[in-house]
Amino acid sequence: MTADLTVKADPVALRRRRALAPSRGGRPWTFYVLAALFTLYVIALYGPMVCIYILSFQDVRGGLVFPMRGTSLHWFVDLFTQVRTGDVKGAFSRSIRLAVVVTIITVVVSFMSGLAFRRRFAGDTVVFYLMIGSLVAPGLVLGIGVGLICNTLGIEASWYSTALGAQLSWTLPFGVLVMFAVMSRLNNAWEEAARDLGATAWQTTFLVIIPILAPGLVAVALFGFTLSYDEFTRTLLTAGSLNTLPLEIWSMTLNVTSPSLYALGTVTTLISFIIIGVCLSSIARIQKRRAVGPGAH
Amino acid sequence: MAVENGSIELAGIVKSYDGNTRVVDGVNLRIPDRAYCCFLGPSGCGKTTILRMIAGHEDPTHGEILIGGQDVVGLAPVERRTAMMFQSYALFPHLNVRDNIAFALRVRGVGSQERRKAADAMIEKVRLTELADRLPAQLSGGQQQRVALARAAITGPKVLLLDEPLSALDEQLRVQMRQELSRMQRDLGITFIHVTHTQLEAIAIADIVVVMEKGKIKQAGPARDVYDQPQDRYVAEFLGGQNVLAGQIERIEGDSAVIASQEMRDVVVPLGVRRTASTGDRVDFAVRRDDVDLMRPERGGNSERAKVPSRVRAIEYQGNFVKVILDKVGQDELIAYVPDRVFYRDPFSIGDVVIAGWEKQNARMLA
Repeated sequence: MTADLTVKADPVALRRRRALAPSRGGRPWTFYVLAALFTLYVIALYGPMVCIYILSFQDVRGGLVFPMRGTSLHWFVDLFTQVRTGDVKGAFSRSIRLAVVVTIITVVVSFMSGLAFRRRFAGDTVVFYLMIGSLVAPGLVLGIGVGLICNTLGIEASWYSTALGAQLSWTLPFGVLVMFAVMSRLNNAWEEAARDLGATAWQTTFLVIIPILAPGLVAVALFGFTLSYDEFTRTLLTAGSLNTLPLEIWSMTLNVTSPSLYALGTVTTLISFIIIGVCLSSIARIQKRRAVGPGAH
Repeated sequence: MAVENGSIELAGIVKSYDGNTRVVDGVNLRIPDRAYCCFLGPSGCGKTTILRMIAGHEDPTHGEILIGGQDVVGLAPVERRTAMMFQSYALFPHLNVRDNIAFALRVRGVGSQERRKAADAMIEKVRLTELADRLPAQLSGGQQQRVALARAAITGPKVLLLDEPLSALDEQLRVQMRQELSRMQRDLGITFIHVTHTQLEAIAIADIVVVMEKGKIKQAGPARDVYDQPQDRYVAEFLGGQNVLAGQIERIEGDSAVIASQEMRDVVVPLGVRRTASTGDRVDFAVRRDDVDLMRPERGGNSERAKVPSRVRAIEYQGNFVKVILDKVGQDELIAYVPDRVFYRDPFSIGDVVIAGWEKQNARMLA
């Protein structure tokens, strides 16, 4: 009485299924349109910068416009040896030191506010909107304001005091916003488990929370560093007599008329890429150690 | 002052977050040392809150919690000698199996050599030796559960608290891990308190089943008592396997009531817990689904049996038995579990008129 209910694969049905999925073969015409659009976009985005990098490798006869005149590293040497191009070395070291300080403060403060904002507290929405407010405030106006207040209070503007404050008004809200996204991955149960196993609040923070959030903290650090390293509008009126690198570049565009300006662009870009590369690879290393590698410690 | 044994006493426990609604509403319970106790109830009934209060992750609004005879309200989890296994296990994702298990020793300042030795011994106990260097993300659900168990047990707690420990696993693994939990409880010789919303899980594993509803204990006792002798409609329906029927007492005959409703006539039920009931009262009674058998109407039957004429509404084959769903009796489901072999001797089909009957003494009054 047992009926055979299994159905044999029907060759006609198989053929029909294939016919319903034509994308397996050629791509639709929309693909080529969108691909062309994307290519144009990439050229518009990176073309101008690439022009500057190329022109920075000219030789002594080089000018500010195409065509290329010879190839050499002349203008890179010129950049660091000639006094007339300004204090590039000093500006560079100031910018790096400032960016490091900004990064440390940004990471520490955003981490702590991220922890604070996990619970509701009195006035939390007000604090949040105040923070967003400082993000949307025009940078130049904010810089003028900082300058004015310091002037009134008799504080002398310098890159390590007033400019630091002005930059933090920009990097902190960013850092906190990124931290919110990072914190959403943090499960309360981990902290509770740590407490259950006898960990103190400090032990929980340093042995559980920070290691788990490490990739996110690196991302916040990267944000803080790059935002500070090329910050211009807020720094312009608050840096005092000594320039940071973006200010130095800007003043060079006004009085330097040689490809050493382009050489400076190439060098600073290279440094940015190195920093981004280091950060991303350290995030990747952390993730990889967690995902694969039995025996990893 | 340290807690020396795992007996637990809850005295008048109340928990309220907003001062109005009571999540836990006056719970009194005594759990002996080395018992396996299951809190059973739907989500939101307060069972997890009770667990968290025993664990020391929340404080009761009123009442006392005694562990090993000592009041532990206000003490840290470590001082209570309790350990908790979290619902999703909460394994630390950045630590490998060994470091996860050794975490409690690390925060106590135990040296790394000693820590490793203790952790490895525990790893062997839960049979994870070859996985000791893996990270949690590289383990299956069952393996993760064993790590969580080992991590909680390494400090030698007197009470292990398990919050829905099997809910993250698939069906087959759940049955397997159920046995493993039972084995671990016997091995460790400590009290286990296990929270679940799955009836089968609770009665399969527990010495004591505590059925909860809306912050109150409905019934607490050995698994078989709770399943076979539910006290009221809620417990009977929640544990399942019972037909709960409502009717009116027509007359009292000795220690039995004769009950009738629109669909039932002359159904005799021993008075049991409703000893004081009188004619005219509305009562609920329960009959186990596997105590109900079905007959064709032309066959008679003896008068010692209760009989309800009905009709087959649906049939579900369950393997070792057949679930026959009959027309409702008033608002109540009437279902018979007929053994597979019995059913297929003379199978019914949907729409057949049948007589559902059961031995008189198999019906139980509900409070």
